[in-house]
Amino acid sequence: MTSPVPSEPALQHVAPTRTDAFARRLKQRYRAERHFRLAGLSAIVFSVAVLVFLLFNMTVNGIGGFQRTVLEVPIDLSQAQLMLPAGVDDEVAVVRSLQEQGLSEIVTAATRQALGEDAAAQLGIDAWRTIGEDVANDPALLGTRATYQLPVTDSLSSAFAGEGSADLQPLARALATHGVLHEAFDPGFLARSDATDSQTVGIWSALKGSLLTMAVTLALAFPIGVLAALYLEEYAPRNRWTDIIEVSINNLAAVPSIIFGLLGLAVFLAIFPNMRSAPLIGGMTLALMTMPVIVISGRNAIKAVPPSIRDGALAIGASHIQVVFHHVLPLALPGILTGTIIGMARALGETAPLLMIGMRAFVATPPHGFTDPATALPVQIFLWSDEVDRGFVERTSAAIIVLLGVLLLMNALAIYLRNKFEKRW
Amino acid sequence: MSPALLLLLALGLGLVGWLAGRARAAAFRTGMPGQRLSALPNYHGWYVALWIVIPLLAFVALWAFAAPELVTQSVLASPAGQALPAAGMERATMLAEARAVAAGSARAVFNPDAQALVLPFRAAMTRYGWIGTVLALIIALAAGAFAYLRVKPELRARTRVERVVMAVLLLASLIAILTTLGIFLSLVFETVRFFGMVSPIDFLTGTMWGPDTMAAVDRTDPSLYGAVPLFWGTIFIGAIIAMLVAIPLGLMSAIYLTQYAHPRARRWIKPTLEILAGVPTVVYGYFAALTVAPFIRDAALMLGVDNPSSESALAAGLVMGVMIIPFVSSMADDSIAAVPDSMRDGSLALGATANETIRRVLVPAALPGIVAGVMLAVSRAIGETMIVVMAASTAANLTANPLEAMTTVTVQIVALLTSEGSFDHPATLAAFALGFVLFLVTLALNFFALSVVKRFREAYD
Repeated sequence: MTSPVPSEPALQHVAPTRTDAFARRLKQRYRAERHFRLAGLSAIVFSVAVLVFLLFNMTVNGIGGFQRTVLEVPIDLSQAQLMLPAGVDDEVAVVRSLQEQGLSEIVTAATRQALGEDAAAQLGIDAWRTIGEDVANDPALLGTRATYQLPVTDSLSSAFAGEGSADLQPLARALATHGVLHEAFDPGFLARSDATDSQTVGIWSALKGSLLTMAVTLALAFPIGVLAALYLEEYAPRNRWTDIIEVSINNLAAVPSIIFGLLGLAVFLAIFPNMRSAPLIGGMTLALMTMPVIVISGRNAIKAVPPSIRDGALAIGASHIQVVFHHVLPLALPGILTGTIIGMARALGETAPLLMIGMRAFVATPPHGFTDPATALPVQIFLWSDEVDRGFVERTSAAIIVLLGVLLLMNALAIYLRNKFEKRW
Repeated sequence: MSPALLLLLALGLGLVGWLAGRARAAAFRTGMPGQRLSALPNYHGWYVALWIVIPLLAFVALWAFAAPELVTQSVLASPAGQALPAAGMERATMLAEARAVAAGSARAVFNPDAQALVLPFRAAMTRYGWIGTVLALIIALAAGAFAYLRVKPELRARTRVERVVMAVLLLASLIAILTTLGIFLSLVFETVRFFGMVSPIDFLTGTMWGPDTMAAVDRTDPSLYGAVPLFWGTIFIGAIIAMLVAIPLGLMSAIYLTQYAHPRARRWIKPTLEILAGVPTVVYGYFAALTVAPFIRDAALMLGVDNPSSESALAAGLVMGVMIIPFVSSMADDSIAAVPDSMRDGSLALGATANETIRRVLVPAALPGIVAGVMLAVSRAIGETMIVVMAASTAANLTANPLEAMTTVTVQIVALLTSEGSFDHPATLAAFALGFVLFLVTLALNFFALSVVKRFREAYD
């Protein structure tokens, strides 16, 4: 079978299009197309590569932050005649009592005897505390001889890593060849508080400060945000006031975070002057910042609930309030929660407003309440990043890993909620 | 009584009221079969509970302000209080110290004379604590009893409860206005005070920046408060270097994602890019200061630049640009998607290749939206704090060399306000003036961008 051939004479009146010039131009245009496409792809590849490099960089640095240099010292506590305080099972009290009985001197003496004067001088200031805590958890240790892993000073730690002053490097090498000086995983990093020595720092106080701050933020921003979203979406009359409210919410969502810090400083700290650095003030400041995010995402979630549900409820006699609180709000809640978690994740990573209201103090004990001086995890990262010591570089990266881990968890929760509960109407 | 305890008390009494009100309403229903209640028993319960909780909380708020004053008055009336020095700093500090010890927030007094005041303080605090508690209980019971007695079958409890709910909703949305107003007023207030010491003209046109936080307040040198180098540094880092990174990368990623990428690839790439916007800025700052800045310094040294700064504007700007990429990309994405398909189809049907269609049809048509997106991105970049605080310098420098150290408005706000200056010092107030300028500029950018987006959207709808 042959397809019908177009009649030759008809084509001859038209100038030929498939000339060489045309072919060249077409080739060039296709080349431009390929280049353009490649440029688009490389933009994405570059952005993703930066992200991967950033995360990789933090991870590599941070792994070292979860370790610390320890000195293995054999200590015979049975000869030290230490007594546990009677009738006290509080760890802090036990450690304090052991300190009063001279545990610190015993540890230093044992180290001097086992490893020499130089090594004993490089024992971390808090080395005895490690033993004290072990004893408090397991009193049987008092009667035995055991080998403890004790933290060392910053200087010895950096000498062990081949940096820092040259004086200590021979000692570090000697101890390392004996196998008593090495890096060990340091779970205490998550449980201790800020310190001046990178070997004994931890992030628990900062993490707890962050958690307290976030609790205040959530307790304020969530109800206010949800109620405001309900009002604007369901009840607000179209008038000038409503317009002003909407404009100010949209503006607040775009105001730089540091401006909220200035507000917290000028207003909240003026009202509560003795609550500088308190999670309460930090939480209130961040709540003002998070509230617009919750309002905006809440309004979208409420808008997505189909009108037929409202009409149905109204038709069987529900009041406006009942329609909203019994039907619209429960259906919109997953969407609102997703927006809330994303807003909270942003608040958790926020640093600048907290710097303004003074949550940058050196906090060596975890805050016990909402009005105690505290710091937050991102602020702790900022404070440590100023330290020149090599040990702090690793600790900072480790703290960043913890922060990113928490953020990842929150975002995963938001995605899970969205996939599990969000309805497509 | 502590605030948490009072709150619990209010909630507990409210619950009791709710149960009582509901039970009474339910009793009407069972007691008189055939008679209809005007509202469900639950609403009667809410009615009583609200009558208890609202007056109680109002009283607690009032008492929180009144009680410390009453305590001070009674201490001053005591013999130890009579012995205080007549007026001035010493009297105030002694009172404050003794109060802190009595309240348990401090362990001991510094000033031994204040010790005598501790016991009167403690006694007065206990006494007024009890008085407050008893008054709170009386108010709650009286209001509760009043509401309870009004619970009748014909009481329109639901209407009344719903009126309160509406008021609460309205109050919640008014908080946004209050916050905006609070920001505006506090910034204006401090800025006006600052302009009382340094003239606005010196501030906005001077080219020397170097506030001396230690200088005496009455000897302020206005020539040290010229903010032009800060404005230039902010624009150079946030609006020039960062945008040179973010606009091409963001725009090209958006084009690739919307026009070329397979839908399945798009589903993965888009959230991945958005992670870039979710990384906390302090992490970017650390990355910029620790990795990018030394790299740029070394690269500049290798290229033969003399003495490049390790706090160069380039490092901060580049990292900030990377942070902004997803922002530009998602705005461009939205506005390209808003261009009607018919325009694209028409161009393709005429024989244009995909990139010709994008460059000559889609991007020009989406341009208002893209420009608005860029403006939002700029407003974001100039308000960004942590990256510049950690990677840029605090030294003001009026130059166009990206390898030099430069400072920005946000860096100076942080520097001035974390140096423990007093609130009367022009250096502290200058931070508020800078914040006010920043607030106005970002507001103007956003306002303008949103109105462009709105008009653009209307054009195609």
